[in-house]
Amino acid sequence: MLKAVILIGGPQKGTRFRPLSLDTPKPLFPIAGLPLIQHHIKACKRLASCKEILIIGSYTTTTMAQFVNDMQIEYSPVIIRYLQEFTPLGTGGGLYHFRDQVRAGNPTAFFLLNGDVCADFPLEELWAFHEERPNALVTIMGTEATRQQSIHYGCMVQEPTTKAVTHYVEKPSSYISTLINCGVYVCSLQIFHTMADALQKEKTGFYSNGQGSPPPGYMSFEQDVLSPLAGTNKLFAMQVGNWWSQVKTAGSAIYANRHYLELQPRPQRQPGHVLPHVHVHPTADVDCTAVIGPNVSVGEGVTIKAGVRIKESIVLNNATINEHALVMYSVVGQGASVGEWSRVEGTPSDPDPDKPFAKMDNVPLFNSEGRLNPSITVLGSGVVVPAERIVLNSIVLPHKQLSRSFKNEIIL
Amino acid sequence: MCGSDKKLGDIRALILVGGYGTRLRPLTLSRPKPLVEFANKPILMHQIEALVEAGVTQVILAVSYRAEDMEKELTEQVSKLGVTLTFSHETEPLGTAGPLALARELLSASPEPFFVLNSDVICEFPFKDLAKFHRSHGKEGTIVVTKVEEPSKYGVVVYKENGEIEQFVEKPQEFISNKINAGMYILNPSVLDRIKLQPTSIEKEVFPFMAKDEQLYAMELQGFWMDVGQPKDFLTGMCLYLTSLRQKNSDMLHEGDGVVGNVVIDPTATIGKGCRIGPNVTIGPNVVVEDGACIKRSTILRGACVRQHAWLDSCIVGWRSVVGRWVRMENCTVLGEDVIVKDELYINGGQVLPHKSIALSVPEPQIIM
Repeated sequence: MLKAVILIGGPQKGTRFRPLSLDTPKPLFPIAGLPLIQHHIKACKRLASCKEILIIGSYTTTTMAQFVNDMQIEYSPVIIRYLQEFTPLGTGGGLYHFRDQVRAGNPTAFFLLNGDVCADFPLEELWAFHEERPNALVTIMGTEATRQQSIHYGCMVQEPTTKAVTHYVEKPSSYISTLINCGVYVCSLQIFHTMADALQKEKTGFYSNGQGSPPPGYMSFEQDVLSPLAGTNKLFAMQVGNWWSQVKTAGSAIYANRHYLELQPRPQRQPGHVLPHVHVHPTADVDCTAVIGPNVSVGEGVTIKAGVRIKESIVLNNATINEHALVMYSVVGQGASVGEWSRVEGTPSDPDPDKPFAKMDNVPLFNSEGRLNPSITVLGSGVVVPAERIVLNSIVLPHKQLSRSFKNEIIL
Repeated sequence: MCGSDKKLGDIRALILVGGYGTRLRPLTLSRPKPLVEFANKPILMHQIEALVEAGVTQVILAVSYRAEDMEKELTEQVSKLGVTLTFSHETEPLGTAGPLALARELLSASPEPFFVLNSDVICEFPFKDLAKFHRSHGKEGTIVVTKVEEPSKYGVVVYKENGEIEQFVEKPQEFISNKINAGMYILNPSVLDRIKLQPTSIEKEVFPFMAKDEQLYAMELQGFWMDVGQPKDFLTGMCLYLTSLRQKNSDMLHEGDGVVGNVVIDPTATIGKGCRIGPNVTIGPNVVVEDGACIKRSTILRGACVRQHAWLDSCIVGWRSVVGRWVRMENCTVLGEDVIVKDELYINGGQVLPHKSIALSVPEPQIIM
């Protein structure tokens, strides 16, 4: 029997996803028509031996209740539960805190997945790889990055025949390796002993360093567990070539949207004139003269009127796009509305298609001259864009009624 | 004497066409400026028709550029009006007065006064009233003046209540008057004695002397006035002209589905369904506007095509150009002749040279070669 644990952080985390995360917790943000972590749950369900999925985070239980309930019904008989951390405990602390929940029922091992990664999850292969290595405490799913980009991730050096990880550094300041940690693991239950030892070392810190240091129980899985395990022949990495990406910003949501859409089977019939890789919720009303796609997700209850053009965008529930408008490289928030003939346009920040293994560059919000870096345009929930305006490379906070055009601005 | 106008005899007019029209590029890269259609008729024709109505029988065009093209096209149109067209060709630019000296023989062939006008001017041409007023005071010259909001950008005219001009002040720092030279005059042939055949400025080197001699008068223009020598003013002038059409209840204005405000549409143009055209739009011959397009405050020249769902505001679309589907163009974008703007682009203040295909958006004003 196997289990899965999905780590989702909390409202203090994922702030680069604002303003979208002001209305919807990032783990629940719909990508290719499904909440972000539903893609993880789907992947786990494909493994027959996975019987329970635990979601650990510091969002309140009420925030997650509806989602968990829906998942419980959809993916039954897999048990799906949400465990709220009493305080943010880092990427390892929550897992250790709820170890009894994980160990209950004596699973052979469990998958550990970061809630903000997107991938074509190869869970079967990961499990097979881990099973072959009885010494393995953790198997890390790895992928290749470019030299320059690798330092933004967890870098691993691996012994070529055994695949053991001999060296692990989280976000090094200089180049170590192009093999990076995808945030997807298989863990044996003995990992909790390792984590107990790591905690012991931390316990002294809190009371001597005073207010502001992380609370007791806080642990970084990468730095406090993986890093020390490197070189002990208990840590292994399986390199995969599958598509993998993180969702940190609205731009990366659009990128992930495209890839998840490409993975989905093509539906039989679509309303309107639809180009490939589009998801339209069955309750959305799309005029037959609208041209949608490529890479568009349209949520529940959305209205798309005549002559509209949407591409490379995510349109959230109950939004309205009025006649002849154009939406591209944008996220249109829940219940937002775009007036007739208006233009809502952003700039993609996709990885360089010419560089193999290139990942998204998560550029800062402002450039060195203090100007806004061109990025995906985000209309927060309830935003109203009047007719005939342009909103270009801008971020509009929820419920703002715009009165004019905007370019390269954050509108509070 | 009583009631009827004295017969004016053989009246001449000189139109200063002169320059290369560089401020109206990229349009003037394909056609000489006087032939660029303003509200679906070459600017020059607006002027010549008004002159003919005032009894002009000979029009002299003072040109320094592309005379051959103009000659061919204009002579045909103008002959229908019963007027002779003569070209006075400057081999070097002669300024605003020099061309008069160049055409001296033609202009002094009769003792009647002659009209002079700047080819960029559009207004409710007052040539009949100008001639009447000129005869009434009997001095050497009369200038039309017009009221503007920002006179310091121009040369300002100061005159007495009876019209006698006292002085000209170029670009005054402090407010003196809000009347400027509107670029239209009527002059006696004796004025030609004041002009040498060399580059001369009429405002700086001729008029001030005439004013000193108390030989120069001003007549105030009624109605709108615009110098349409650059795209921004071309569009403003178009709006003023269309407003004046509305005031005269002209049947040139188009009414109908999807038409808002003052709009002129050539009968050979086709407009699709669900479009919104206007206010202040002129659409030329054989233009195709496809379904769902919205055009405001713009001029679409002959043979152009605006494709589905495009949105245009304050633009000039050159002859035979194609504006793609869902394109947004604004802020005095000017497309030269035969420009293609691909679907879904955004052009903000672009000046696009002829025969260019645009595949990328232009979010900030730029010249595209």
